[in-house]
Amino acid sequence: MTDKAEGTLLYLDGVNKAFDGFKAINNLSLVLAPGEMRAIIGPNGAGKTTMMDIITGKTKPDTGDVLFEGSTDLTRLDEAKIANLGIGRKFQKPTVFESHTVEDNIVLALKAKRGAFATLFHQTTRAEAARVDELLATTRLTDKRKMLAARLSHGQKQWLEIGMLLAQEPRLLLVDEPAAGMTDAETAETAILLREIAKTQSVVVVEHDMTFVRDLGVKVTVLHEGTVLAEGSLDAVSSNPKVVEVYLGR
Amino acid sequence: MITGFLLNGFDTRARIVVAILIAIALLVPAANLMLPPDHPLHVPTYLVTLMGKYFAYALLALAVDLVWGYCGILSLGHSAFFALGGYAMGMYLMRQIGTRGVYADPILPDFMVFLNWKELPWFWYGFDMFWFAALMVVLVPGAIAFVFGWFAFRSRVTGVYLSIITQALTYALLLAFFRNDMGFGGNNGLTDFKDILGYNVQADTTRATLFALTVLFLALFFFIASAITRSKLGKVLVGVRDAESRTRFLGYRVENYKLFVWTLSAMMAGVAGALYVPQVGIINPSEFAPANSIEAVIWVAVGGRGTLVGPIVGAITVNFGKTWFTGVLPEFWLFALGALFIVVTLFLPKGIVGTVQAFWANRRRPAAPASLAPEPAE
Ligand SMILES: Nc1ncnc2c1ncn2[C@@H]1O[C@H](COP(=O)(O)OP(=O)(O)OP(=O)(O)O)[C@@H](O)[C@H]1O
Ligand SMILES: [Mg+2]
Repeated sequence: MTDKAEGTLLYLDGVNKAFDGFKAINNLSLVLAPGEMRAIIGPNGAGKTTMMDIITGKTKPDTGDVLFEGSTDLTRLDEAKIANLGIGRKFQKPTVFESHTVEDNIVLALKAKRGAFATLFHQTTRAEAARVDELLATTRLTDKRKMLAARLSHGQKQWLEIGMLLAQEPRLLLVDEPAAGMTDAETAETAILLREIAKTQSVVVVEHDMTFVRDLGVKVTVLHEGTVLAEGSLDAVSSNPKVVEVYLGR
Repeated sequence: MITGFLLNGFDTRARIVVAILIAIALLVPAANLMLPPDHPLHVPTYLVTLMGKYFAYALLALAVDLVWGYCGILSLGHSAFFALGGYAMGMYLMRQIGTRGVYADPILPDFMVFLNWKELPWFWYGFDMFWFAALMVVLVPGAIAFVFGWFAFRSRVTGVYLSIITQALTYALLLAFFRNDMGFGGNNGLTDFKDILGYNVQADTTRATLFALTVLFLALFFFIASAITRSKLGKVLVGVRDAESRTRFLGYRVENYKLFVWTLSAMMAGVAGALYVPQVGIINPSEFAPANSIEAVIWVAVGGRGTLVGPIVGAITVNFGKTWFTGVLPEFWLFALGALFIVVTLFLPKGIVGTVQAFWANRRRPAAPASLAPEPAE
């Protein structure tokens, strides 16, 4: 098994997870190469979010291998350890620190020592301040930096969360429905931003919006009932009869 | 590093609060000791002691706010830490009595002689020395909080379940301290104190000094709490309060953060208890009563959760109210307290201080930023 995982960034094989007998993830296998960007689509309840929960340590699989960089067994680690390995995550429902300012949200996410004593005595360095400025500019939130995150619009919260993700400087980004609740223009800009990010980091994006997935222009994995139904270019999978059936048969 | 941290805490608000507290610590004792009794500004000793008691409560409320207001841990067991600190001080005061007790035993406190004990139990050793007792005032509540928190936070007990087990903790201690064979004076607790560091606990000067010390400790801990909540660690704590899983997925080990602030808060509560006991002259198991912890939470809610100033204001106003109310309608105090809690929850969800802050912020700048106070809708 580990032979096959060699040279991969993320390697899932034969993963199963049942909730009270209901198989949310069913013999799921997925391989991501370093530097790759992958789009994951699938109907509601297909198990996309559960897959991310398993990768990030929120949910422990019943069986199966989940390996990072070919050898690190993610099923043995907790959320904080996995995050510090360099796997960042954006939730389906945008989750930012509502009673902190936009700026402080980024500051908390910045790659830095995570221990309690390190943060107690932490003083923001000039490099950190510059990095915050840069990230605020990237996510177009510069003029909102002193605003409480609670006051941002839905789309702005999504962007802030992406900004926080970038601030962690992860090697792998898991992005769950980044375009949900965005206008068409915002959606298009989000696709541009993710493509930009994918130049330097590996990214897994879950999305329902087909225009968005087309804009990304990457390999697509179709999940259905917790397992991989098809994999390939968007055109290839959308002409796959099994996929058509799943999407139309709903 | 540490200076940066301290400077951080010394913002305008902290400066004002600390200055006011220092002024109170100096002026009240002066008005008590230096003005003749018929002077209109003379503060009688009973009032000094009463206020000293309220300021000890204010310190307890500050401790509760640190965990509840800033980290979302609703402790319904903080009076346990307060009482443990109080007992540690009480044990010192007991051992100072010496031969002046009813049974005049040089070593054993009266209640032990009464129980026919021949030797001092090991856990009473060292309490004849003030420094040792002072250490225990913070170490015992700190250690118990640490062990409790270690298990609770590691197994991710949160919300209502955590609140319930904190109640269970204080209730278990209540039952334990009630037992005579525990060696803490059982039902009657520890009382009849004579002197502290050689000064008569009943003397006006001692009482004025204890008052001043209580207020100064409150100022010190306010300053520490201010520095902590303004640090990056403080921001992580608020993050834990608002979105715990987000904090985890950013790579913070949430249980360690909770454990840190929880243990520190318990130590603060212990100091509050230790300052309280010599002023009221007694410590008994009723201090562990679950209702006491709930009252402390109400002070914080009334004053304003997550504001640090709020708990001080809340503890003092509610307790003045209590003293007045129990004078007029003693049976109805608990109903009044319950009603107060409901009124505050419905009409002043941010508490007194939180509401005032929001009002000022709105007047100054409509797009008001940055108050760490939680949104009421929790
Ligand atoms: N903790 C849980 N307990 C019980 N059932 C769960 C749990 N988490 C997920 N499920 C179930 O597993 C299935 C897959 O859910 P999941 O959230 O992964 O789907 P999804 O593909 O992300 O769907 P959507 O597009 O709606 O976000 C659903 O039927 C869901 O109800
Ligand atoms: Mg989902």
